[in-house]
Amino acid sequence: MKVLCGIGGSDDSLRALDETVGRAAVANDDLTVAVVDNEDSSVSPEDVMRRARDAVDESGVDADVRRVEGDPGSRLVEIAEREAFDEIVLGGGHTSPMGKITIGPIAEFVLLNAKTSVRLVR
Amino acid sequence: MSDRRYPEAVADAFPAPPTEFTDREDRTVEVRVYDGSGDDYESLVEMYDSFDPADRAQGIPPGGEKRIREWLDAILADDCHNVIAWCDDDVAGHATLVPDGDAYELAIFVHQTYQRAGIGTHLIRGLLGYGQAEGIQKVWLTVERWNRAAVSLYKKIGFETSNAESFELEMGLRLNEGDGESDETDADES
Repeated sequence: MKVLCGIGGSDDSLRALDETVGRAAVANDDLTVAVVDNEDSSVSPEDVMRRARDAVDESGVDADVRRVEGDPGSRLVEIAEREAFDEIVLGGGHTSPMGKITIGPIAEFVLLNAKTSVRLVR
Repeated sequence: MSDRRYPEAVADAFPAPPTEFTDREDRTVEVRVYDGSGDDYESLVEMYDSFDPADRAQGIPPGGEKRIREWLDAILADDCHNVIAWCDDDVAGHATLVPDGDAYELAIFVHQTYQRAGIGTHLIRGLLGYGQAEGIQKVWLTVERWNRAAVSLYKKIGFETSNAESFELEMGLRLNEGDGESDETDADES
């Protein structure tokens, strides 16, 4: 399966990265990791790129890690459609002190606008 | 999070628990502060274990006794504020304030057996009365947009919508004067 994993550096996006790389190693997915701008993330895109490359190298998966600038939601949707991805994978949301799950603005945009199937990693 | 917005005006004074009332089904209900006892705790577990999953909101209450206990351990911690609506020895509802930086996050649950009887209004007023007495300044919550009963309850109480751009509405209430920071001269408004 051709998988596009979009990450911006939030905790849930990094969990999604590890889960998706792990799955790609087993399922032989054709994986692309897109490092997007996330203004809510405290981690710089350069650090997220490094983190993604490390995860890919450790797993031995032959995945493409690329930097995607601009509006994160619309860029992910556009890339998934133009390059015929089967699935977009994103972080499954932030958990409030109360334990309530809140889905971030990038995931909201992608869920509502993508023609591609979307997987949120919990 | 420090970028949440709150009404400028302080909310009305709410009655501090314990309070007692008769609900619309003629049941006597008492709102009391959670006393930290094993009995209160186990009664809450029982209420959530039989809670209809259709009324879950954003993943809470969780399903299954083990997860319910883990969740309760977190929200019944010493720095949280909890009140319970009792109908005899049964928990009819539970409301909680959980610290989040300079504010508190609110949640309230009324068991299906006791819904649509006015208990939620008394329960949230009791929780906010307790919070006021404890000196809490800012309270926020999120609520699913389609949950009109809950949204209108929060509005009636005085909550104002602070963020309507997401799947869930975010609402805020100012319980006491002050910005919740220990250093009052440190302006946090941008």
